[in-house]
Amino acid sequence: MRQHLNTMFVTTEGAWLAKDGANIVVEVERREIGRVPMHMMGGIVCFGRVGMSPPLMGACAEAGVTVSFLTEHGKFLARVEGPCSGNVLLRRRQYRVADDPDAGLVIVRAIVTAKTANQRAVLRRALRDHGSSMAETGRAGLDDAQRRLGDVARRVIEAGSIDVARGHEGDAANAYFGAFDHLIRRDDDVFRFRGRSRRPPLDACNALLSFLYAMVGHDCRSALESVGLDPQVGFLHRDRPGRAGLALDLMEEFRPVLADRVVLTLINRQQIGPKDFTYMEGGAVLLRDDSRKAVLAAYQERKKDEITHPFLNEKVSLGLVPHIQAQLLARHLRGDLDGYPPFLWK
Amino acid sequence: MDDDDLLPLSALQHQLFCSRQCALIHVERQWQENTFTVEGRLLHDAVDAGGRDRRGTVRTVRSMPLRSQRLGLAGVADLVELHGPEQRPYPVEYKRGRPKAHRADEVQLCAQAICLEEMFHTDIAEGALFYGENRRRVVVRLDDELRELTERTAAAVRSMIESGRTPPPVYEAAKCRNCSMIELCRPRRLGRPPPVADWLVRHLEDGEDAMPPDDRGDTDRGDS
Repeated sequence: MRQHLNTMFVTTEGAWLAKDGANIVVEVERREIGRVPMHMMGGIVCFGRVGMSPPLMGACAEAGVTVSFLTEHGKFLARVEGPCSGNVLLRRRQYRVADDPDAGLVIVRAIVTAKTANQRAVLRRALRDHGSSMAETGRAGLDDAQRRLGDVARRVIEAGSIDVARGHEGDAANAYFGAFDHLIRRDDDVFRFRGRSRRPPLDACNALLSFLYAMVGHDCRSALESVGLDPQVGFLHRDRPGRAGLALDLMEEFRPVLADRVVLTLINRQQIGPKDFTYMEGGAVLLRDDSRKAVLAAYQERKKDEITHPFLNEKVSLGLVPHIQAQLLARHLRGDLDGYPPFLWK
Repeated sequence: MDDDDLLPLSALQHQLFCSRQCALIHVERQWQENTFTVEGRLLHDAVDAGGRDRRGTVRTVRSMPLRSQRLGLAGVADLVELHGPEQRPYPVEYKRGRPKAHRADEVQLCAQAICLEEMFHTDIAEGALFYGENRRRVVVRLDDELRELTERTAAAVRSMIESGRTPPPVYEAAKCRNCSMIELCRPRRLGRPPPVADWLVRHLEDGEDAMPPDDRGDTDRGDS
C-alpha cells in the first residue's frame, strides 16, 4: 500500500543495490549497509556513481518502484522502465484531450487556480505567523500580494482559453515572487531574493528553489508514470522535445507547498548557510554537492507531514499527494470524474 | 482465437472478487502489492521452484503452461498431478489464505481443468485447492454449475476488456479493506463523486477567510 511512500535517495559514491528475495539490499564495498522490503518503497533516486543489478531493476519496474539515475549534481540521466510501462488506452485519451483546447482548458484552469491559491496560502501563513513582527513595508507588501493572488485565482476559474489562463499564471508569479523576499527573515545579504532566476540561479534562494523543483519534478514524473500517463504530453505546458510537459503541469500545484516552504524553512531556521553554496564568476550560485543532504533531508521530512486531502477527505502524507493527483487526473481522463480536482493547500 | 487475444486465467478470480479490481488490473494494467500479495507471490515462487517429481503412481508437474481456446484463456497452473498409468491430469492450486465464502478459487481451478481437458483430450471430474494458512487440501467437484459459472465469468471479463471501460467503484467495507488495490481504486470518494467545477469554486471561497492550519513545515519554530 502506498500509505508511506518512501523514496530512497542513494548518495554514497560506489554504492551497489541488489535484489534479495522481496528486499532491496544496499552494499558499500561489499558490505551490506541497508535492507528494505520492496513494497515499502515508492521510488529510488541514485546520485552519481551508484550501481544497481538488472534483476533489481526488473523487480522495481514490475512493482511500480520508479528508479532514476542522476548525476552527482542532481541532473537527470536515465530512468528504468519495465516491459509493461504505461497504458495505451489511457495515453490515447490523454493525447486526444491535449489536442482538444476545450477539454484541456478544464484541466489547465484547475491547475493554475490551485497553484495561485497555494501561493496565496504561503503568503497568508507568513502574515498570520509573523505579520506582527514584520516591518510595515513587508506586511503591506505581503497583504497586497495575497489579495492580488486571490483575485487571479477567481479569474482563472473563468478563463476562456488556455492562453488566457497562462497569462493569469504569469500575473500570479509576478505578485508572488515580487513579495517572496518579505518571507525571508534572515538578515544576511546572501539570502536576499531578487526575483526568480533559473539558468543559472543568481542567488542562494534561487539555487535552493531550482534544486527542490527538480526533486518535486522527479516525484511528479514518477507519479504520472505509475498511473500510466505520458509525462511528456502536457496541457498547460506546450509540447517541446525533451521536456516532461505533464510532469511540469502536475508540479505547479506543489511548488509552493513542497518546495518553496522547504526553502523558507531551511533559510529561516538557519539549517543552511552561506558556505553551502558555490559562487561562480558571472554570478551563478550553485548548491554545493555536500550540502545536498541537508536539503534532501528537509524535503523528505516535509513529505511526511500529514494533511487532509481536500477532495478525498482522507488523511495522507504530503509526499503521497503527487501520486493522488496523478490518479485523479487519470480518473478524469478516463471519465470517472467530470473534471480534475486539483490540490488546494489549506 | 489469436494467441494474443487469450486472457490471463487469474482474471477470473479478480472478476469474481470485484469487477472494478479486475478492470484496474487487466484493462488499466495497474497493480499494487501489499503484505498479502507479496506472501502469496513468495508462496507461489516456492511451489514453482520445485520442478517435477514422482510419488508412487502420481507424477507432479509444477508451473505447467495452460490454455483453452474455448474459454479464450491462458495461464500457468501451480501444480498438476498426473494420476495412474493413463496419466490423468489433476489440477492443484495453492492459496495463501483459507477457504473463502465466494467461489473465486473454485472457478480458477475449474478454468485450469477446462484448459487441461482441452490440451489432454480428456474429462476431469475434480481438482484440489491447497490453503497455506491451515495447510488443508480441499477437493473440488467440477460440476455443471461450477463450469457454467466459469464460462460466464470468462465471457464477462472478455467483454469488459474489449470495451476498455473500468466500472465505477462500489464501496463494501469488508471487501475493500482487504484489497491491495484500494489506494488505486479510491472507492469511497470515486463511487459518488461531486461535480468537480462546483467543488473547486466552493473550496476556493472556503479558503477566503480560512488560514492554513499549522504544520511541521512552519517557519515560526526555533528561528525567531
